[in-house]
Amino acid sequence: MVRPRRPVPAADGPMTHTLTPEERRERRLILALLTPALAVVGVLLIAPLIWMGWQSFQGPDGFSLMHYQRFLTDSVYLSSFIQTFRIAFVVTLAALLIGYPIAYVAAKSEGIWPPIILGMVLVPFWTSVLVRAYAWLILLQRRGIVNSALQDLGLIDRPLLLVNNEFGTTMATLHILLPFMVLPLYAAMKKIPAELETAGASLGGNGWLVFRSIYLPLSLPGVIAGSVLVFVLTLGFYITPELLGGGRTFLVSMLVSRNIELYNEWGAASSISVVLLLVVFAIFRLASMLIPFERIMGTK
Amino acid sequence: MKTMFSTTALCTMTLFLGTAAMAQEITFVSQGGAYQEAQTKAILEPASELTGIAVRQDSSPDAWPQLRTQIETGKPIWDVIDTPTKDCIRGGEQGMIEPLDLSVMPSVAAMPAELRDEFSVAYEFYSSVLAYSTEAFGDGEAPQSWADFWDVEKFPGTRALRNHPLATLEAALMADGVAPADMYPLDVDRAFAKLEEIKPHITVWWTSGAQSAQLLADGEVDMTMAWNGRVSAVMDEGAPVDFTYNQGILQYTSLCVLKGAPNLADAMKFIEAAMSPEIQANFPEYIDYGPGNPAAYDTGKISPERAAELPNSPQNAPLQVLNSAAWWSSPEGEAAQERWASFVQQ
Repeated sequence: MVRPRRPVPAADGPMTHTLTPEERRERRLILALLTPALAVVGVLLIAPLIWMGWQSFQGPDGFSLMHYQRFLTDSVYLSSFIQTFRIAFVVTLAALLIGYPIAYVAAKSEGIWPPIILGMVLVPFWTSVLVRAYAWLILLQRRGIVNSALQDLGLIDRPLLLVNNEFGTTMATLHILLPFMVLPLYAAMKKIPAELETAGASLGGNGWLVFRSIYLPLSLPGVIAGSVLVFVLTLGFYITPELLGGGRTFLVSMLVSRNIELYNEWGAASSISVVLLLVVFAIFRLASMLIPFERIMGTK
Repeated sequence: MKTMFSTTALCTMTLFLGTAAMAQEITFVSQGGAYQEAQTKAILEPASELTGIAVRQDSSPDAWPQLRTQIETGKPIWDVIDTPTKDCIRGGEQGMIEPLDLSVMPSVAAMPAELRDEFSVAYEFYSSVLAYSTEAFGDGEAPQSWADFWDVEKFPGTRALRNHPLATLEAALMADGVAPADMYPLDVDRAFAKLEEIKPHITVWWTSGAQSAQLLADGEVDMTMAWNGRVSAVMDEGAPVDFTYNQGILQYTSLCVLKGAPNLADAMKFIEAAMSPEIQANFPEYIDYGPGNPAAYDTGKISPERAAELPNSPQNAPLQVLNSAAWWSSPEGEAAQERWASFVQQ
């Protein structure tokens, strides 16, 4: 029989703090309330992940590393990963450069402006990804609006190749993921007290100095959060490269579907997903070394 | 309470088994969309009327994974599938497909040997053809062969090919001067070498049939390989597009029966009816695909004008290469597919 320990006066931090009966009851209640959510996560996320990992080690005769060996023998694997990370990097950087001023203006403005600016970010966000991908196709194709406008203005003689390549893919992916950059940035900027800038200015700092040494560092959690979100989401993108990539933009997600078609084995596709998942974990780990995880997710 | 429940269950089951035993029925699976609707009217309904076998339909754009799963469970629910021939061949090799019972299939037995094998029979034909924009190329100036497609000096313009080696490798070899009769086994190295020549001039490697037609209709490319049915669909809508059957790659889907199919005997009977020349001749009335059974052209139901538009009619078939599903499902064919992605990407 384990007897409940006596309550010890709480003073020396949460690690050594012993729970009172009330606190125990509360924890049990929280656990009970969490159970449905945990069950859903367990059944729909954890179990499939375990199954996927297990499949990736299955060859025709039981345990096998054959699906992982293709990473070394099939040159497509490496070039797909490189291309995917290159696009993810470009999209993240561009989203940051475009998103930061938008979030800044939204955070600084007053009255009806913040909802209008954020609304303009969010309305496309609510539109189907497929529709937006096709819209980009119409805009960017050889006889599309962009090319005909440039030609009518006499800026170009022959249509530019704007779509069915990596550029078109990057453009549409950037457009689709921009809200994931703007919203965390806006949230982080809203928490920066305006008095700090006033104080900086009163100490003689000019606008740029105040921004660089006060505002920018304080908005960094938003920068990291937005960048991680955009980067990780781009790594798994499928629709935009498939529709706008012209066949030569061959990202990791497409490698997964090709392997299903080609080898007819879940393991061949699972191994890629496992590697991608591990890479994403590594990125999160690195990011959380810069900024604690809770702040990336915006809970603190 | 419990007794009542089991009595009800028992009655329901008896009823269910009763109806299943009385009515002859099979489950027929095709690829869905306009194509399945067309064949419902052209083939499935008449064949059902002829045999008295009711047809329950299902559709699956890619039947292969489902097929595997059903066989693995040991209790397949599908009977007959209309699927790329490759699936029937490799399925047959892996014990997932029943051999066709030719003793109850006189129409199938009478077909040319190259259009059937132990497990499957050619059901409908389509062709991967050279299609082009009539805005880019006037009368008599259009590319008419794969050699023309490869000739970027004489035929300038943007180009597209399918993002898949099947039919694309055949086109490359024809461009390089390989005669249709010497096509198989494919010289894969030679085909890829020829493709390297045209690669810088390919704007798009398309992935879906709809995309190939859209590229041409929107003027995104001036010429492309495309499936004949897709091209004629946009031509009917008035797009400035045309195509030639010359050097087309004739392909077909096949019918085959799942191993341990629930209605095996009826499935065989139904295939015979669906493959009979009279019923096969209905196909072109509803869609721009050719009948799998060439004897359909001798029934008189297909007009000479209509025949001229179809991929495997007596006048068009000799211009083309018959795709070898057997080669594509061989280890060499699979290796060529494995090689494709790295070719396109680099």
